[in-house]
Amino acid sequence: MSRVEERERETFRQEDKSKGDGGNWMKMEFESVSENEELARVVAAVFASRLNPTLEEMDDIKTAVSEAVTNAIRHGYREKVGSIVMEMQLEASCFQVTVSDTGVGIADIKKAMEPMYTSDPEGESAGMGFSFMEAFMDTLEVDSVPGKGTRVTMTKAIGRQNL
Amino acid sequence: MSSQNFIYEAKGECLVIHLPKELDHHNCRNLRYETDLILAEHYISKIIFDFSRTEFMDSSGIGVLLSRYKQMDRSGGRVVLYGVGTQIERILAIGGVLRLAETCSTKEAAIKLERSRTWK
Repeated sequence: MSRVEERERETFRQEDKSKGDGGNWMKMEFESVSENEELARVVAAVFASRLNPTLEEMDDIKTAVSEAVTNAIRHGYREKVGSIVMEMQLEASCFQVTVSDTGVGIADIKKAMEPMYTSDPEGESAGMGFSFMEAFMDTLEVDSVPGKGTRVTMTKAIGRQNL
Repeated sequence: MSSQNFIYEAKGECLVIHLPKELDHHNCRNLRYETDLILAEHYISKIIFDFSRTEFMDSSGIGVLLSRYKQMDRSGGRVVLYGVGTQIERILAIGGVLRLAETCSTKEAAIKLERSRTWK
């Protein structure tokens, strides 16, 4: 994490405290083993539940997080054990989640995000990971440096149908 | 742990696969290997997927269904789904599976549908 980001994060935490309604930010780090896919999406769903989402919104978040974590395990670390960091924050009625790995990175992000593209055409992969993240969340941002890792940031506005 | 396992049931040329509660990359790992073994040993002309226990699925599940569909399609077989709930139906629709595989409400209907099609 860069210094600027670190500072922003610190500011965010202080703002939180000043408002007196903490619990709007969390960070968790876990091993890139497939058992943790379920852990990550369940934690994301429980955290997002503070915004009082519908069941459908909750399922959208679970699916998107599952896709991002699966990508980190399968492609980022190529099934070898590394570390995945998941950060989440709630701001007003917006849920934001960032999934980062320090794996192999993506050389051509545009190509990787094409629907049906898969780096493993013989396998069981449908090549729909990024398409699913795009379909279920409002925004999707992918930053990657080959050899350094990948960071996926997604946001979703919760409770729009209640407005 | 049994809710996380696949249960396979052979009915003549039908292979019924009872899917687990969660169908993600982790839980899909054994499915390919196990079905390949069954398909190598038995003549199967239709695969029926039972979603009645399944509450969560992501694109890994779509990958499994599409690869089994292609395999059945090559040998003139079919793929039928039953017990599909609301969340799973959305995923199947976005993943393009609803256009390829037929869905039924019960196992009996799924097996029957297969038979009538075969005799056409």
